[in-house]
Amino acid sequence: MAKQASSSLKNMILSLLVITTISGASLSYVHKITAKGIEQSRQKKKIEAITAVLPQFSNNPLKEMYKIALFENDSLEVYPARRNDSLIGLAIASKTNSGFSGEIKIMVGFLPNGIVYKTKVIEHHETPGLGDKMEQPEFYSQFEQFNFHEKINSVTKNGGDIDAITAATISSRAYCNAVQNAYSVFQKINQQWSSDSQSGATK
Amino acid sequence: MAYILLIISAVFVNNIVLSQFLGICPFLGVSNKVKTALGMSAAVLFVMVLSTMVTYILYFYVLQPLNLQFLNTITFIVIIASLVQMVEIIIKKVSYSLYEALGVFLPLITTNCAVLGVAMLALDLPVKYSFIHHNSLLFAVVFAIANSLAFGLALVLFAGIREQLQLVKVPQKLQGVPITLLTAGLLALAFMGFAGLV
Amino acid sequence: MGSFSNITKGIIKENPVFVLLLGMCPTLAVTSSGINGFAMGAATMFVLVLSNTVISVIKQVIPSKVRIPAYIVVIATFVTIVQLVMEAYTPSIHKQLGLFIPLIVVNCLILGRAEAFASKNNVFNSFLDGIGMGLGFTVALTLLGVVRELLGAGTLFGFNITGIEHPKMMLVFVLPPGAFIVLAYLVAINRMVQKNK
Repeated sequence: MAKQASSSLKNMILSLLVITTISGASLSYVHKITAKGIEQSRQKKKIEAITAVLPQFSNNPLKEMYKIALFENDSLEVYPARRNDSLIGLAIASKTNSGFSGEIKIMVGFLPNGIVYKTKVIEHHETPGLGDKMEQPEFYSQFEQFNFHEKINSVTKNGGDIDAITAATISSRAYCNAVQNAYSVFQKINQQWSSDSQSGATK
Repeated sequence: MAYILLIISAVFVNNIVLSQFLGICPFLGVSNKVKTALGMSAAVLFVMVLSTMVTYILYFYVLQPLNLQFLNTITFIVIIASLVQMVEIIIKKVSYSLYEALGVFLPLITTNCAVLGVAMLALDLPVKYSFIHHNSLLFAVVFAIANSLAFGLALVLFAGIREQLQLVKVPQKLQGVPITLLTAGLLALAFMGFAGLV
Repeated sequence: MGSFSNITKGIIKENPVFVLLLGMCPTLAVTSSGINGFAMGAATMFVLVLSNTVISVIKQVIPSKVRIPAYIVVIATFVTIVQLVMEAYTPSIHKQLGLFIPLIVVNCLILGRAEAFASKNNVFNSFLDGIGMGLGFTVALTLLGVVRELLGAGTLFGFNITGIEHPKMMLVFVLPPGAFIVLAYLVAINRMVQKNK
């Protein structure tokens, strides 16, 4: 068997240096070639969510994304969807921190008149079998065609019109909270449209 | 305040061992005697807090500005390995008996997923804890302290139970590892009772 | 010693999870479903095989005193590669496994094999050892995941096999306590199987 390199200071430093250099170089290379794939899958996920919450559109909402402030130091991403140049809806990537196990991200699709077309959970960490039932149609379909002028967006326990998931009231409340956050942003945009139309600007 | 909630949450509600599954190997291996468990927890506290501080600063002031976040795994683990070496040298000088008692488990703190795990979780606390609204070094450090206390709690509780287990008759097929795991499972079940506390 | 026993020993006799009790953290954490268990096992096997091989190749050039840090850097490199590739090409699994992908680097199985085997054996045998241990790990995790998924959600790899829409199963099995309990019995069963051989 060949001799093992001695543990002299020079050998130790040299070998570690070589290893870290090779490692760093190969990682930078892999990072470069996967960066495109990572960006693509992120975009794919967003587009899929937007498609799921709005009627058919022909533009690329990702290209027209803008942000609107929510509170303090947070903002939500707004994705306008158009068909043949006219606005057919806004998808808002909303979120809430009041989930049972942390942040929940929900894509909320609004029609231009403020009615929620559909919603779709983008990300959550809720308990399997309990909070994660928010991904079942029995729960989320309650938000389809939701009109804020006709219904109250909170769980029945709080006097609202949404039936909470059994034994998962906190998760259900969080869902309502996320939809409400999206609505606040929509209202801001709506105000902007009203003042724009008064001054003659177009959407 | 948010700091107290963070501590309660990390120690009871989201206990690092019993609910997040980090730090299992030393948990199952070391916790035979309460005294050793305490010594191990102290060593972990030292390494966890120091490494979280260093990795937090490294991530937000070096890696992120240079867009090198993907190097986090490799840089964090090298930092942790170095700190463990340091702690080993210090313990050897300060208390040789503790050094002997901990034996091979001391260098194994490097591979303690809890240490690396906490360092990584500390980078984005607002995602998991609704009462925290922005990242800060102080939150990260409190988080690290709380988690090492959580680890210590789980370890000491478990050691105490195992000391009692030795006096009881266990079915032959379940002796050794299985009964240890079952006990851990029951302890985890008990801790689930804290859910919703925060 | 036949080279191919290096592969088979990792599956039953020296199964890293049920016998050697290495790599406990991911074993308990990501096995809430069969697919997750399998994905974690596959990712770990990838790192294990590559790191075993590379470490066996460079074992003589690394001075003994710095071998552990050197091994760690090698392993961390492969883990980061797996991280990046999974984020780009299997994003949903990457999200599911989450924190535990980078945590592969501290999986005592990988560093353990590097130190116990790869640093002392030739490249081919180290490669086989990596495959054997990796397969054993994957089998163990998949088995644990399947059992927990069946008992806790009534599905098999996501497919509902009970015929009922949303069966009321024993939820505890996809939660932390269930992981400990199922693993305990699997270890005991493995032991019984070995005694009877």
